[in-house]
Amino acid sequence: MTARFQRLAETDRAEVRFTVDGTPLSALAGDSLLTAMLTNGLSVRASEFGDGNRAGFCLMAACQDCWVWTEAGTRLRACSTLAEDGLAISTQQPGAAWLKNA
Amino acid sequence: MVEKRVIVVGAGPAGIRAAETLVAAGIRPVLIDEGRRDGGQIYRRQPDGFTRSYETLYGTEAARARAVHDTFEAIRDRIDYRAETLAWNVSDGRLWTARDGEAEAIPYSALIVCSGATDRLLPVPGWNRAGVFSLGGSQIALKAQACSIGSKVVFMGSGPLLYLVAAQYVKAGANVAAVLDTSPFMKRVRAAPFMAVLPDLLFAGVGLMRTLKTAGVRIATGITPVSIEGSDDTGVSGIRYTDGSGREQHMDCDAVAMGWHLRPETQLADIARCDFAFDAPTRQWLPVTDDDGRATSDGIYLAGDGARVLGARCAEVTGRLAAMAALSDMGIAGDPAARQSLLAEKARYRRFAQGLAIAFPWPHELAANVPDDTVVCRCEAVTAGTLRETVDIGGATETNRAKSFSRVGMGRCQGRYCGNASAEIVAAMRREPVEAAGRLRTQAPVKPLSIATVRNEA
Ligand SMILES: Cc1cc2nc3c(=O)[nH]c(=O)nc-3n(C[C@H](O)[C@H](O)[C@H](O)COP(=O)(O)OP(=O)(O)OC[C@H]3O[C@@H](n4cnc5c(N)ncnc54)[C@H](O)[C@@H]3O)c2cc1C
Repeated sequence: MTARFQRLAETDRAEVRFTVDGTPLSALAGDSLLTAMLTNGLSVRASEFGDGNRAGFCLMAACQDCWVWTEAGTRLRACSTLAEDGLAISTQQPGAAWLKNA
Repeated sequence: MVEKRVIVVGAGPAGIRAAETLVAAGIRPVLIDEGRRDGGQIYRRQPDGFTRSYETLYGTEAARARAVHDTFEAIRDRIDYRAETLAWNVSDGRLWTARDGEAEAIPYSALIVCSGATDRLLPVPGWNRAGVFSLGGSQIALKAQACSIGSKVVFMGSGPLLYLVAAQYVKAGANVAAVLDTSPFMKRVRAAPFMAVLPDLLFAGVGLMRTLKTAGVRIATGITPVSIEGSDDTGVSGIRYTDGSGREQHMDCDAVAMGWHLRPETQLADIARCDFAFDAPTRQWLPVTDDDGRATSDGIYLAGDGARVLGARCAEVTGRLAAMAALSDMGIAGDPAARQSLLAEKARYRRFAQGLAIAFPWPHELAANVPDDTVVCRCEAVTAGTLRETVDIGGATETNRAKSFSRVGMGRCQGRYCGNASAEIVAAMRREPVEAAGRLRTQAPVKPLSIATVRNEA
C-alpha cells in the first residue's frame, strides 16, 4: 500500500500538480492538501517528539496534527488548505529550529 | 432604532438559524466562521466541482441540509458574512478575529456563540500512529473529499456517530472491517424509553444497524480496546481488543476511526468568563445558560452543540432561541408562543440526549486505567505515566496543575483531544470524583494563530 486515502467517487476533476520535499506529485482540484498528500503517501510529517510519522487526525482544523510548510516557510494546516497548482510543500519547517507559538 | 451589533460565531445549523432570526428582526448580524463555506459539521458542503447529490451526502437529513443551505443563501446579502475567519479572543465587549494574518477587534452588543463540537477521544495504545483518525475526521474525508481513510477501516468508540459514519462508509463503497463499541448492548435497552421521544431518530439508528449487518460488517459491543498496532514509519497495521466475553481478538486493518460521542467547543465562553457547571451524565464541564441560551456573562449567548451536545436538529432550535433572547434583551419583542414551542422541542431533544448518554456512555474507567506507556497527549507525545507522576511525585491536585507540570493539555490542540481523559487520569490517581480534578482553563488565542498575526498583535 502506497496511499493512505482511497478515492471512492468524484474522480472526474482537473489535475493539480504540486511538490512535497521536491518530489513532483499530482492530485485533483478541490482536494485539501491533506487529501492530496495522503492519496500519494502514508503520512504528512514526522512527529517532532520522536513517536513516528503522522497523517493528521481530526480533519476539522482542531487538532493541528497536519502542519506542513511552504518552501518559503509559511505554516499550513493541510486539512484546511486547498491543494493548488505549483504549491511546493516541505514536511519539515524550513530554516530555523522548531518555533513554538501556540 | 439604534444600531446594535450582533455577532454570531459559527455558520452551522445553530448559527444560520440564529442569523436568520436576527435578519427577520431587522438586524444585520456579523456571521463569522473559520470554514471556507457555510454549513458547519453535519451540513458541511462539498467543494465546488463535486457532484454527489444531497441524498448521497446527507442521507436521511438531506431535506434538512438543503433547508439550512437555502436559508443561508436567502440571507447571504443581509448579513456581514466572514468566511475563513477565526474568532480567537473576547475582551472588553469586543470579539477578536483573524483572517489571512490580519487581526480585528469587533465590538458587540450581543455575541451568539454557535461553535459546535469535536470528537471526544480516549487514549488507546498506538492511537498516535499514522492512520488513526477521529471519527468525525473520517466522516469529513468522505463527505468533503469522497475518500475513505484507508483500504480496510475499523470504527471504534461509542455513540450514534459510530454507527452512522460506518454505515455511510459502507454505502459509499468503502471496506469496513468492523465496528467496535465499548458500550454493552444491554445499555441500549435501558435507554430506549428516553429515545422513544423521537421515534424517527430511534428508527434511523435501527436502519443503520441493518445496513451494517447486511453488508456483513462485524459489530462487537462491550469491547475493551487493547492496542492499535503498526510501525512508526508506515502507521496502522491492525487492532487488538477484548470482546464482550473477555477473549482477546486481533484484526488486520490500515485505518482506525475513533470517537466516543462529542465534546462542546466552549473556549470562547470560557474566555468571556462565563460560569461552567459539571454535567454528571456526560462527565463534562458545560457553560451555564438559562433555557433560552443566555450565559452568565453580559451579552453572551450560547447555542447548538457548542453549548451542550444535543445534535443537529436541536441546534436549529437553540440557535433560534438564543437569537430571540438576544433580541429581547435589546428591547426587540419576539413571539412568546414561538418561544414556548421551541422550548418544548428542546426539552424533547434533551430527553433523547439523556438516552444517548445511557446507551453509549463515556467509558471513563478505560481512560483512568490507560497503561503508563500510552501517549495521552498526541501533540507532544506525553505518556500517561508522565501525567501520573505529576500527581504522584509532583503533587498536582487538579488538571491545570498537572498540565503545567506535564504539558498534557498545553500542546497545539490545546487540550481538545486529551482534556477529558487527562481529568479522568488525575482524578483516578487522587481517588477523587472527576469533577474534583477541575477543568482545563482556556487561554487566548483559542487556536494557534499564524506567526504573522501574532506579530501584528505584539
Ligand atoms: C465532524 C463531525 C461530524 C458530525 N456529523 C454528524 C452527522 O452526520 N449527523 C449528526 O446528527 N450529527 C453530526 N455531528 C454532530 C454535529 O456537531 C451537530 O449535530 C451539528 O453540526 C451541530 O450544529 P452546530 O451549529 O451547533 O455546530 P457545527 O455544525 O459544528 O458548526 C459550528 C461552526 O462554528 C465554526 N467555529 C467554531 N469555532 C469557531 C471559531 N472560534 N471561529 C470561527 N468559527 C468557528 C466551525 O467552523 C463550524 O462551522 C457531527 C459532529 C462533528 C464534529
